[in-house]
Amino acid sequence: MKARLRFILAACVLGLLMTGPFALTGLLLFADAKDAERAAFAQFLVPRLPVGGVITLLGLVAGVLLLRGLFQQYVQGLSRMAETLRLMLGANRNFRVAPEGPPEVRELARAANDLAQQRDELLNDVEAQIRTAKATVEEEKNRLAALMSELALGVVVCNLDGRILLYNSRARLQFKALAQGPTSMSGGALIGLGRSIFSILERGQITHSLENIQQRLRRGSAEPTANFITSTRGGQLLRAQMAPVLRTGATGPATATVDSLPPAPPPGEGGDNVGSQAAPAQGVAAATMLGAELQVTGYVLTIENITRNFEREAERDQVLQSLTDGNRAALANLRAAVETLIDSPEMEVDYRERFTRVIADEASAMSQRLETTMSGFADSLKTRWPLEDVLAIDIVAAAARRVADRLHLPIKNEDQDTSLWIRVDSFALIQAITFLASRLQDHYAIRELRLRLSAEGKMVFVDLIWSGTPVSSETLYTWELEPMNVGAETSPLTLRDVVDRHSGEIWYQRDKAAHNAFFRIVLPAAVTPDVQTIDQTQHLHSDSRPEYYDFDLFAARDAEGSGIDPDRRLTDLAYSVFDTETTGLQPSNGDEIIQLGAVRIVNNRLLRQEIFDQLVDPVIPLKPEGILIHGITEAMVNGQPRLDVVLPAFHEFCAETVLVAHNASFDMRFLQLKEDSLGVRFTQPVLDTLLLSAVIHPNQESHRLESIAERLGINVIGRHTALGDAYVTGEVFLKMIPLLADMGILTLRQALDAAQKTYFARVKY
Amino acid sequence: MSHRILIVDDEPNIVISLEYLMKKEGFQVAVATDGETALQLASEFVPDLILLDVMMPKKSGFEVCQALRAAPELVATKIIMLTAKGRETEVTKGLALGADVYITKPFSTKDLVLQIKSLLG
Repeated sequence: MKARLRFILAACVLGLLMTGPFALTGLLLFADAKDAERAAFAQFLVPRLPVGGVITLLGLVAGVLLLRGLFQQYVQGLSRMAETLRLMLGANRNFRVAPEGPPEVRELARAANDLAQQRDELLNDVEAQIRTAKATVEEEKNRLAALMSELALGVVVCNLDGRILLYNSRARLQFKALAQGPTSMSGGALIGLGRSIFSILERGQITHSLENIQQRLRRGSAEPTANFITSTRGGQLLRAQMAPVLRTGATGPATATVDSLPPAPPPGEGGDNVGSQAAPAQGVAAATMLGAELQVTGYVLTIENITRNFEREAERDQVLQSLTDGNRAALANLRAAVETLIDSPEMEVDYRERFTRVIADEASAMSQRLETTMSGFADSLKTRWPLEDVLAIDIVAAAARRVADRLHLPIKNEDQDTSLWIRVDSFALIQAITFLASRLQDHYAIRELRLRLSAEGKMVFVDLIWSGTPVSSETLYTWELEPMNVGAETSPLTLRDVVDRHSGEIWYQRDKAAHNAFFRIVLPAAVTPDVQTIDQTQHLHSDSRPEYYDFDLFAARDAEGSGIDPDRRLTDLAYSVFDTETTGLQPSNGDEIIQLGAVRIVNNRLLRQEIFDQLVDPVIPLKPEGILIHGITEAMVNGQPRLDVVLPAFHEFCAETVLVAHNASFDMRFLQLKEDSLGVRFTQPVLDTLLLSAVIHPNQESHRLESIAERLGINVIGRHTALGDAYVTGEVFLKMIPLLADMGILTLRQALDAAQKTYFARVKY
Repeated sequence: MSHRILIVDDEPNIVISLEYLMKKEGFQVAVATDGETALQLASEFVPDLILLDVMMPKKSGFEVCQALRAAPELVATKIIMLTAKGRETEVTKGLALGADVYITKPFSTKDLVLQIKSLLG
C-alpha cells in the first residue's frame, strides 16, 4: 500500500512538471499583456488548445508508463527481493534470490546470493562442529531410550502439574488397552507428551502419594517412593510406584539449604555405625535429599497392569476362604452333635434320631459346598487389595491435614504412638477417616475432633474422639454401608468395604468417665521394617540414575498449568494440527467429513507418533470428482465409525490445545455444523496457516499449502490424506513461528489479531 | 435354683445340640432364632447367661450384644459370643462391645460347658 501511494504521488509530480512551466509562462504573459493583445492571444490560442492538450496528455501517459516500469523493476522488485532475503535469513537457508529485472537489481541479487553462500559455508562449519558434539549426546540418549522402551514395565514421567514428559512404549500399550473407545484413536489419544496424567489416573491418589513422598523425604527416608493401586473405568487394576524426580546439579543452593537445616540424623541410621566408610557416605546421601526436599520437580511412575495376577490370586483366596470360614459353622454343628451323642449314651431314641439327622445334613451340606466351591470359584470374586506398610502416624497426620483442609474442623492429637506400623491402603483409609469426620460434623455438629493412635498386641487402634453428643451404634451401622462421599468428592467404596479390605473392624464406644465418645478403627499391625536393608535399594537416587531426556517441559510447569492463555508465547503452547477430507466443498449443502487427521505439536516439536487418523462413514454417497482428489472410496469408508463417534474422540484428542489448520475456516465450518447435534464444542483458539502466510508474505501471490511448503523448504509427501496434510501444515506452522517472531508477533493473541487483519480474513466460505 | 440360659442362633442344627447340652447340665433354657427376638426374650426371661451367635439375619450378634449391655436389668448377665468368623479383630470387637467370652466355631462342647460353669461361678 505504501509503495502504491508513493507511485501515485510520483505520477502527480510528473504531471505537474510537464504542465506547470507552460501554464506558468502563459499566466505571466497573460498578466503582462494589454486587453487587445489578450483578445488576440486568446483568439490565437483557444482553437489550438486541444492539440496542445492531447500532446501534453500523450507525453504524460508515456511518462507515467516509464515511471511505472521503473517503479515495478526497482521499488516492487526490490521489496519482493527483500522478502526472499528475509526468507534466506530465517526459515529457508537454501533459498536463493532469482536474479531478474534491470541489471543493477540483478547485480544486487547476485551479490546477496554470494553473501548468503559465504554465510552458509561459515554456518555449515559451525554446525558440523555442533553436530559432532551433539552426536555423542544423542547416541547416549538413544541408547537409554531404547533401554526404556524395552522395559517390561510402563514408565511415565510427569512434572508436578501431572503433565507427561516421557512415556515408554509399554506404558503407551498399557493405556491404549485400557482406554475404552469406539475408535482406534480414543485410546492412543489419552497418553501423550504434555498431556495430563489425570485423565488416566485419579488425581487424589497422585497428590496423596506425592504428599507421602514429601513426608518421607522430610524424615530423610532412604526410600521416598510410594505405591498405590488404582482401578480404571474398565475395571482393570494398575499397580503404580511413584519415585520423585529431584532437582540435581544445583549444588550451591542445595548445600546452603542443608547448612541452614538443623542437624537431624535420619532415624534408625544412627544406631549402627558399621564400617567407617559407609557411614559418612550415607550421611551425605541423606543430607542431599534433605536439602532437595523442596525441589521435587516431578515424578516417575512405573505402572504395571496386575488385573490378571490379581484375579488369579483372588480366586485362590476365595477358595481358601470358602473352605475355611465357610465350613466353620457346619463343622461346629457336626462337632457339637457328635460330642453330645458320645457324651450322652442314655439319650432317648427320637432325640438320637434328630442328632443323627443333623450329622447327615451337615455332612452332605459340607460335601456340596466343597463341590460348588471347586467348580464355581471363578464366578464370585471378592477382590483383595494389596496393602502397603506405612508408619501409622503418617496416615493419621495426613488424615488430620485433610480433615482440617476440607472440613475446617479443628483436629487435636491425643496419645499418638509414633512407632506403630500398619499395613494399609492409605488413600482409602484416609478417605474413611475424613468421611467419618464429615458425618460427625454434619449430623452432630462437633466442634473438634481428636485423633488417638494406640496398639494392643498385634492390633493398632485409630480412634476418632469427640466430646458432647453421643451417637447411637445404629447410626454407625448405617454410615458403614453408605458410599464415602465428602463434599464433591465421591467414592465407590463404603466404610465397610475399607474396613473389610484391611481385615479390620470398626465400632462405636463411649467413655463415660472421660465424658466423650469415639469411633475405633482396628487394623492389623505390620512388622517394623528394617531400615538397614532398605538402604540397599538406594540406587534410585544416586547420581548414576538415568536421565535420558533433558525434559524441557519440567520448566514449563507454571505455563502448562491451566488451559490456553492467549498471552502465552507461540513457542510455549501445545497445538493440534488437523485436516479433514470431505465429500465436497459445501458443508451447508450436506457435504460430510470422511477423514480426520491430526498431529500434536508440544514444546515446538511435531510429535509424529501422537496422531489422530480416522476414516469416517459419511452415510451419504461419495462424489466421483471427490474420489479423484482424496482417493478415498466407498469401500474404505464402509464400516468405519460415524462422525457422532469420531468427533467426540477427536475433541478429546484436541483438549487443551490450540487448533491449527490450513484454511481453517473451511474445516471449522464442518466441525461447527455438528457441534449442536453431537454435543461437543470446539471452544479453543484456531490458527490458520493460510492467513499467517498472508501475514508473513503479503506480496506473494499464492498461499496454497504446496506453495508455502515450497517457500519454506519443506518436502511434501503424502498429500491429500488428512493426516499427510496435517503433517505438512504442522511443519509449515513450526517454520512460521520464528518468522512471526521477526515481525514482533510473539503471543497467541498477537497471531490471532494479525491473521484477523489480513485481507484473506474477509473471505468466508 | 438352676441358672437360666438363653441360646441365640438362627441355625437349628447347632441349637439342637446347645439346647440338649444345657438341659443336660440342668439349666433352664430359652431359644431365640434372630436378634430382635433375642432382645425381647432377654428382657422377659432375664437369663444368667446368653450364648450369642454373631452372624444372624436382621440384627447381628454385635448389635444385640451392645443393646443388651445398655439394659440396666441385665447388668449381671454373662454373654458368650459364638462365631464362625475367627479373625482377631472381630474377637477384639466382641470383647469391646461387652461380651465376656468369645468362642470361635467349631468348639469343643466340653470346653463350652466348662466355660459356662466357670462364668456362672
